[in-house]
Amino acid sequence: MNIVLFLAPASIGLGALGLLAFFWTMRSGQYDDPKGDAERILYDHLDEAPPADRE
Amino acid sequence: MSQSLALPRDLEAFVRRDDAGRGRLELLVTGARCAGCINKIEKAVGALPGVDGARLNLTTGKLAVDLDGKTATPERVLETVEELGYRACLFDPGEAAAAQDREGRELAMALGVAGFGTGNVMMFTVPAWAGLFGQELTPTTLTVMYWMAAIVATPCALFAGRPFFRSAWASLKRGKANMDVPISIGVILTLIVSFSETLLHGRHAYFDAAVTLLFLLLIGRYLDHRLRANARSAARDLLALQTPVAVRLTEDGERGVPVAEVKVGDRLVVAPGDRIPVDGVVESGLSELDNALITGETALVPVTTGASLHAGALNLSGRLVMRATARTEDSTLAAIARLMEAGAQARSSYVRLADKAAALYVPVVHTAAALTFVGGWALGLGPREALLRAAAVLIVTCPCALGLAVPAVQIAASGRLFRKGVLVKSGAALERLAEVDHVVFDKTGVLTEGRPALIDAPAHLIAMAAPLARASRHPLARALAAEAGAGPVASDCRETAGQGVEGLIDGRRARLGRAAFVGVSGGDARETELWFGFDGEVKIRFVFEDRPRADAGQTIAALRQMGLSVEILSGDLAGPVRDIARQIGVTDWKAGLTPFEKAAIIDRLKIEGHRILMVGDGLNDAAALAKAHASMAPGAAVDAAQTAADLVFTGEELGVVVEAIRTARESRRRALENFGFSALYNLVATPAAMAGLINPFIAALAMSGSSIIVLLNAARPSMRRLRP
Repeated sequence: MNIVLFLAPASIGLGALGLLAFFWTMRSGQYDDPKGDAERILYDHLDEAPPADRE
Repeated sequence: MSQSLALPRDLEAFVRRDDAGRGRLELLVTGARCAGCINKIEKAVGALPGVDGARLNLTTGKLAVDLDGKTATPERVLETVEELGYRACLFDPGEAAAAQDREGRELAMALGVAGFGTGNVMMFTVPAWAGLFGQELTPTTLTVMYWMAAIVATPCALFAGRPFFRSAWASLKRGKANMDVPISIGVILTLIVSFSETLLHGRHAYFDAAVTLLFLLLIGRYLDHRLRANARSAARDLLALQTPVAVRLTEDGERGVPVAEVKVGDRLVVAPGDRIPVDGVVESGLSELDNALITGETALVPVTTGASLHAGALNLSGRLVMRATARTEDSTLAAIARLMEAGAQARSSYVRLADKAAALYVPVVHTAAALTFVGGWALGLGPREALLRAAAVLIVTCPCALGLAVPAVQIAASGRLFRKGVLVKSGAALERLAEVDHVVFDKTGVLTEGRPALIDAPAHLIAMAAPLARASRHPLARALAAEAGAGPVASDCRETAGQGVEGLIDGRRARLGRAAFVGVSGGDARETELWFGFDGEVKIRFVFEDRPRADAGQTIAALRQMGLSVEILSGDLAGPVRDIARQIGVTDWKAGLTPFEKAAIIDRLKIEGHRILMVGDGLNDAAALAKAHASMAPGAAVDAAQTAADLVFTGEELGVVVEAIRTARESRRRALENFGFSALYNLVATPAAMAGLINPFIAALAMSGSSIIVLLNAARPSMRRLRP
């Protein structure tokens, strides 16, 4: 039982980490241009920074 | 389009500047497709002096340019992109777009939180379910599990539920109950009951249900939002491509102004290829007008000094200087706009399928829940058990399947239509389109190709005139040149606006143009014609006609087969309308109609009980388009018609009209199937919940199960398509 009390918060913490990562990707505009991002990967110099960081 | 862009316009209005003078400019770029395009455009624009950076969004086609100070002008950026071979136009980013984006982002966040909650709460509720089936689980462990579930689910449900709570509150304030009211009450009551159960060491806590419910509903909500946002931005882009600008002539020269700012008495310049911006009279210049989009007439109208001009007509051959006699608000256009508004208002009162279902569903569910509570208590269950059962009723009946039923189907349908080149502006449009029983077509530009084509001319005569035709930009001459194919061009050519072109073919002087210009007296003004002849020789007459679209006849037959009646309402003369009607097999036609008569006929048909689909492209159709039950316009239509229409189709084929109606009918059938399934599910689940047969495990299973079935039904490929 004690192990549950340790594991449950740990796994929720990991889940929350994932959720925060999702929020971050959302805020930094990583879903704004899925088609463009797929193409940009072909050129090294095209993508120094995602759009939100430039503003 | 590129012609109007080349005009000297004041483009500074499109730049948004901050206090430091740094500006941001947005362009809509069409034609960019790959990494190479991104590279070329960003490099070229970024290298311009005064440009800080440029970024092309390939998904939306928007190029965002950061300007540093005033050294770089919007014109320069625009030219740079066009020189690279892409079409570009300036884009005015409205407030509405930003608000849209915020709403989408908020829904996505809520969806993310609900997904997180749904996943993690299972860790604690699955052991609890095991306990329900007699597995080894002490009451203390069960309570601990429920408390942990509460810690995860409650904040998630409260956060993810915000869009629903807000909408329910707004609806209650207006004294109405929409679908969000039972959802909000259901979620909040579920949380309260679950807390009290956990406190009292009961076995029936529904923390997982509360957040799973929101997760499933948010999927439907998000799909619906995406559908609307995509359609809206595509429609906006279409309009942005034809921003109305007039060129005002002042002492300092020519200056582009928004059409709305044109005043009576202003002198305006209309270049060949542009539309007449407002009603007015010609001060100087000579040209021909194409009235097809205003009146539906295919014959070109010659104009000279003193002739009156109607807003919307296309100036074909010469540069005109005109004096405005009406502001935009007073012109013919405005009268049509008022009719359109009336039509749009009538249309907004259309009750959507989902709302009809909600109107039925909300009172039934609430009565059932209330009855369960009161009845259960009266029958001696005790308030706690009675409340528990009432909450169970609300949970199992909560409209996940109902909320997904329509959007899931419509997003699939509009995606399918989009791939066929049809843009659906809203889900409601699809629902209305499914109900039509009578189709009204405009002739010019809809049933026909909307441009003149040469008829019945021997090949050697065409070849003789072709060298001169290739030198001219007049639409009739271009049609002649197109018929002849590539070949030599006449030398020493001189084009007289509104008259014709003159030049040397093999050293012999020849003329191509209007009868008088070539030296023929008379001619039949009713027909679209072009004369050709060498100096002092016999003159040849070429006759042009607006040809019906290749699949027009086939489309009409297909519509008939679907049980729809077809009619043509045209502003053109009776002759050409009769010819086209006979060619494509339509017996019901009216010609010579004004825009107001068209709208009146639609009104009369409506009173007779018809549900009309109007397909039109002109200004003269705009009012009728707005008044009809559903409407479609081709992508080449004037912006007023595109605004009024529910669906816009690009491409040359008229067959998409049939395809659109079929898809709409099918998606309506699917949506009804989904409703039927939801009703069946509720019919079984509600009595079970009232009798207290539902436990948290069954609730979770039934809820997700019904939603998944609805989603699968929406995504299932059609049976018709599977058949050979």
